[in-house]
Amino acid sequence: MTGMSMTRENIINLVLALLLLVAPVAASQMGQPFTVTLATRIAVLALAATGLNIALGLGGLVSFGHAVFFGIGGYAAGILASHVFSGEPMMFGFEGSNQMPVIWIFAVIACGLAGLVIGAISLRTSGVYFIMITLAFAQMIYYFAISWPAYGGEDGLSILVRNQFPGINTMLPLSFFLLCYGVLIACIGLFALLRSSRFGAALQAARQNEVRVASVGISPYGIRLAAFVISAMMTGLAGALYADLNKFVSPSMLSWHMSGELIVLIILGGTGRLFGPVAGAMLYVIFEFALGGITERWQLFLGLILLGVVLFARGGLIGLLAGKARHG
Amino acid sequence: MILSLALEQLLNGLQLGVMLFLMAAGLTLIFGVMGLINLAHGSLYMVGAFACAVVAAATGSFWIGLAASLVCAAAAGAIVEFLVIRRLYDRDHLDQVLATFALILIFSEGARWVFGSFPLYLDIPPLLSGAVPLPGIEAYPLYRLAIIGVGALVAFGLYLLISKTRLGMRIRAGESDREMIAALGVDIRTLYTVVFALGSALAGLAGALVGALQSVQVGMGEPVLILAFVVIVIGGIGSIKGALVGALIVGLTDTLGRFLLPSLLGLILPASTAGAVGASLAAMLIYIVMALVLAFRPRGLFPANA
Repeated sequence: MTGMSMTRENIINLVLALLLLVAPVAASQMGQPFTVTLATRIAVLALAATGLNIALGLGGLVSFGHAVFFGIGGYAAGILASHVFSGEPMMFGFEGSNQMPVIWIFAVIACGLAGLVIGAISLRTSGVYFIMITLAFAQMIYYFAISWPAYGGEDGLSILVRNQFPGINTMLPLSFFLLCYGVLIACIGLFALLRSSRFGAALQAARQNEVRVASVGISPYGIRLAAFVISAMMTGLAGALYADLNKFVSPSMLSWHMSGELIVLIILGGTGRLFGPVAGAMLYVIFEFALGGITERWQLFLGLILLGVVLFARGGLIGLLAGKARHG
Repeated sequence: MILSLALEQLLNGLQLGVMLFLMAAGLTLIFGVMGLINLAHGSLYMVGAFACAVVAAATGSFWIGLAASLVCAAAAGAIVEFLVIRRLYDRDHLDQVLATFALILIFSEGARWVFGSFPLYLDIPPLLSGAVPLPGIEAYPLYRLAIIGVGALVAFGLYLLISKTRLGMRIRAGESDREMIAALGVDIRTLYTVVFALGSALAGLAGALVGALQSVQVGMGEPVLILAFVVIVIGGIGSIKGALVGALIVGLTDTLGRFLLPSLLGLILPASTAGAVGASLAAMLIYIVMALVLAFRPRGLFPANA
């Protein structure tokens, strides 16, 4: 499935990857940093959605609460950085950090643990129950973030200076974009590896026929839990980058609208496709920018477009361009 | 004094529970009969509240507004069912979630377009304003008591509708075997539209009633919608009885948790910390209850079609 044969989908993927790289580099040359910021937003949202796509696309687990992990990643960046600035140590005398690699490790571990707890309970259910219980857990963390005053509560938390990465000046828009792009491509590679691995085969088989998987001696629960945790970690990493992109983190990153948007990104691009989240994030951010320039009510049109895609174009953008998926 | 405050909170919890029941009953009915998960249910709640506020402002009568909320929400529900929802019955839950999420965007932005971002206000009708003394409580708002009464009436009415009438019989038949009742010659498409409109009217009623307690604004339906989801997950999706029990559990847990937790924690923690921790814990309490219920009963307290 991931062989290098040049199917139409592979060509489209390559074009999308190059487009996302070349456009901001060119824009930066022409002195348009705003376009670079848009491209960074696309890359980070695509990363978050790629994380969700492990659970949703491969595992068929419709998590309506992935904003939790996005938000926890964001708060990891915000909280660690805030302690460096305030000079107040955190627990155990740890002084916080403004180094992205440290922040990323914290974000990924925190999201892995949260994913383990939420997944372990939620995966006991399935179908509609799973959708609703993941939503409810996300709301729980959302209300906690709002009512917990230590890190800004409802007002959120500013990151005064963007966190640093060794050897890269993250203050430059293009450098920060390239960093995010690199992480995105690495994670898409990881997604492709997972999809073609034995683990990925079992995960997709469990989506298609749970009983058959169980009857060959593989526990669908364990496979799904592992996928959910990996998915949470990747989305959390995106959250940390998103907080650094905006230099701000607030409970809205944890809100159910965010969870919905992450699903929307995948669907706009094409479910289960390797570059679906990238295509979806491109469409989404470009809609937001183009329609947002014309009307304040752009979400109304987003709603209509989304409705049209769900009712009439179920393969998403890549489905329209590349034809029917070969797996399913 | 403390006792009277506690009794008051108990009634507030009951009132919240009753409101949630009106929302949850529609959601669970729609899921039970059509197998559809409807995120846009909160939008119908909003439609009811706006209809009531606008009509009450125009006519000067809350009661005409209340009637308008029922009619408008039911009509909006029927139109949405006809245009969009009926294409979703045989789709998977992901498609249903997305399409109804899109409906929320359309409803919310549409309402903001028509009514602007400022909240509308809806006055409590003169007949129900003021407070009455109750045993153990000096004075409790009459309007909130009336809401509890309305909720009890609706619950009883739904029980009669579903267990005693021909429509109720068809709904129950639809819940247990959709294809068979279509084969028996029941016009299933009309039945679906009727059930959807009925659920929408209940949501609209809840929106109008709550609209007079809070302000009427875009997005008001979403927090209630999510609480209603918690209710039906606890109660068992598809079960009206579960919705009633779940709604009361959630209403009482939430209200009493916010009231009791900060003072209970005050016994073991310093006052300033206890307030913050108590408030945060109280905000999470119903979700913790839900997780506990699901850990032991993954299909809720009253699993439908078990």
